[in-house]
Amino acid sequence: MSKRLAPAPTLSRKREREVCKVLACGNGFRRSSEQGKGGIFRSGLAAYPVILLQIIAGGLLLGAVYALFSAGLSLIWGMMNVINFAHGEFVMIGMYVAFLVVTALNGGPVAFAPAAAAFLFLLGVVVYFGLIRHIIRGPMIAQILSTFGLALLLRYVTFWLFSANFRTLPDNLIPGTVDLGGVLLGMPQLVAGGAAFVLTIGAHLLLTRTALGSRLLAVAEDRSAAMLMGIRPDRMQALAWGLSAAGAGIAGALIATFYPFSPGVGETFALTAFVVVALGGFGSIPGALVAGLLIGVIQSLSAYAFGPVYKDVVVYALFVAILWVRPQGLMGKLV
Amino acid sequence: MRWGWLAIAVALLLYPWILTGPFYERMGADLLLAAIAAAAWNILGGYAGQISVGHAVFYGIGAYVPLLVYTHWQLPPVLGIPAGILVSLAVAAVIGVPTFRLQGHYFSMATIAVAELVRIVVGNWDFVGAAIGLMGPAVPRSLLDLSFKSAVPYYYIFLAVLAAILALTAHLERGRMGYYWRAIRAGERAARSLGVPVRRYKLWALLLSAGFTSLAGSLYALMVGFVDPESAFGILVSVEMIITAALGGVGTLLGPLLGAAILVPLKATTNSLFGGGGSGLTYILYGGIILLLARFEPGGLIELSRRIATRSLKKAKARAA
Repeated sequence: MSKRLAPAPTLSRKREREVCKVLACGNGFRRSSEQGKGGIFRSGLAAYPVILLQIIAGGLLLGAVYALFSAGLSLIWGMMNVINFAHGEFVMIGMYVAFLVVTALNGGPVAFAPAAAAFLFLLGVVVYFGLIRHIIRGPMIAQILSTFGLALLLRYVTFWLFSANFRTLPDNLIPGTVDLGGVLLGMPQLVAGGAAFVLTIGAHLLLTRTALGSRLLAVAEDRSAAMLMGIRPDRMQALAWGLSAAGAGIAGALIATFYPFSPGVGETFALTAFVVVALGGFGSIPGALVAGLLIGVIQSLSAYAFGPVYKDVVVYALFVAILWVRPQGLMGKLV
Repeated sequence: MRWGWLAIAVALLLYPWILTGPFYERMGADLLLAAIAAAAWNILGGYAGQISVGHAVFYGIGAYVPLLVYTHWQLPPVLGIPAGILVSLAVAAVIGVPTFRLQGHYFSMATIAVAELVRIVVGNWDFVGAAIGLMGPAVPRSLLDLSFKSAVPYYYIFLAVLAAILALTAHLERGRMGYYWRAIRAGERAARSLGVPVRRYKLWALLLSAGFTSLAGSLYALMVGFVDPESAFGILVSVEMIITAALGGVGTLLGPLLGAAILVPLKATTNSLFGGGGSGLTYILYGGIILLLARFEPGGLIELSRRIATRSLKKAKARAA
C-alpha cells in the first residue's frame, strides 16, 4: 500500500533525472549541471523558471559559437556562390589543433585559439588556391563534389591520425562556474560564447568599417568592376576563405573545452551551419549572429522537451522547412 | 560498340567461373550491387542533374522493409521488396516534390538534412530495431528466403537486376525523357522557357531513381541478412553511390558500372590489407578521388577516354592529310 502512495515523489525524481540528463548530454553542459544538481533540482517544480532560464542561457552561449562558424560559411556563400560542404570539418580540425596544443605543448586557451585560427587560415587559403579557384566556374557537379571530397578527405585523415575515439580537453583549462541568481554557467561555456559573440561582431565590423572589408565586399558585389578599381579578386577571395576557415577553427577550439569530439563531429556542425545560414540569409553576418543564437536556444529547448537525441532532428526539420518556404533565407540578401 | 557490349556481358557472365573462392565471389556481388545503386542514383543525379546527397533514405527503406516484414510477421523477406519500393516511392513523392523548388546547392543541402533526420529517427525507433538494427532469417526456411551460403546466386540475381536497369535507362536515354532530362540538367530555366514540363520530368527521374535505389537496398539486406542505421541510412551510403557514378561518368550509361569496377576492388584491397582501420584509408582514397575528379575531370573517366579518343583520331586524320 505504501508503494502505491509513492508515485508523486518518484515522478518528480524522474523529472529531475530527465532534466539532469538533458543538461548533461544536451549541449555538452556536463560540468555546470553536475555542480548545479544540489542547488536547482532539490527545490523541485518551484525552480521551473530557473531551469528554463538555465536552458536558454546555455543555448545562447552555444548559439554564439554557431554564429561564429556560420558567419564564415555565409561570407563564402555571399561572395562566391559556393557552399563549403567541408566547413564542419574546419571546425573539427580547430578542435584537434586545440587538442594538440594542450597535449603536446601544454598550452592553454590563450595559445590554442590563435594557433587554431592561424592553422585554419592557412588551410583555407591553400584550399582556395588549390581547389576552389579552379572549380568556381566549372559545372555544378564539380562545385558540389569538390568540397564534399575535401570533407571526406579531412575527416578520414583526422580519423587515420587520431583514431575514431572521442577526445576531451582537461577539465581545469578554464576553471570555475558563475552563479547568476540560480542560473549556473560554466566558465568554459561563458568564455566560448562571449569570445564567439565578440569575434562575430568583429567580423561584421571588419567587413563594413574598414578599407579591407570594402574591398572584400566590392569583389562580392561585382568581380570585374572591382578588378577595374585595382582590386585583385583572387587575393580577396583567398582572404575570405582564410577568414572563413579561421573563424571555424577558433569556434572549434573554443567549444573543444567542453564538447567531446571525434573526427565525425564535423557533419553535425556543417549541417548546423547550413541551418543558421539558411535562417539568417545567405551572405549576411548579422543574420548569422541572430540565427545562430536562435538555433542554439531552439536546440537546447528541444533537447529538454523531446530528449537530447532529437535536438538535431528538430533543427534539421526546421532547415528543410525554411528552404521550402523561403529558399533565399529568412533575413537579408547579401553581405 | 556492339562488340564492346558483348564483351562486357560475357565477362560479367563468366566472372564467377574465372575468379573463384569466397573473396572474389563476394567482391563480384558487391561490385554489381554498387553498380546497381550508382545506376539508380545516376538517373536523378546524372541524367536530370539533381545532385542528391540523401539517397541513403531510399536505400535504407529498401534495406529495412524486407527484414521488417520478417521480424514482425515472419514473412519471407522477398515480399518486403515491393513493399519497400512502394514506401520509397511514397517518401520520394512527399519529400521530393517540395524539395524540387530548390536548385543546385540548395537541393543537395536539403537532401543531406533529410537523410540525417531520417537516420536519427530510425536509430531511435524501437519498432525498426533502433540503434541495433534488424536481422534476417538465420537459417533459410525455404527457397523463398533467398538465403544462400555462397555469393554466386546473389551475383546472378544482381546481374539480372543491373541488366534490367541499364536496359531501361538506355531506352529512356534515347527517348523524349532522356532529352528532357538533359535539357533540365543544362539549365532548368531555359528548359522551362522552351516548354519542357520540368517538374513532371524531374518527378519521373526522382521516382525511378528512388524505386531502383530501394531495390538495391533490399538486395543488400537479402545478401547480408543484417542492417543497422549506419550501414543503411548513413551518409557514406549516399557518398558511395555518388562517387561510383561520378568516377565512371555522371549521366552516362556505363559510368556506374565502370566506377564500381574500380572502386569496389580498391575498397576490398584496402580493407583486406589494413583490416578494420582500412576503412579509414578507403575513405581517404575516396575523398582524394572525388577531389581530383572535380578539379580535373568532372565528366568522369568515360568523358576522359572520349576526349583522348577524339584527340588521337584528330591526330591520325592530321597525319593522313
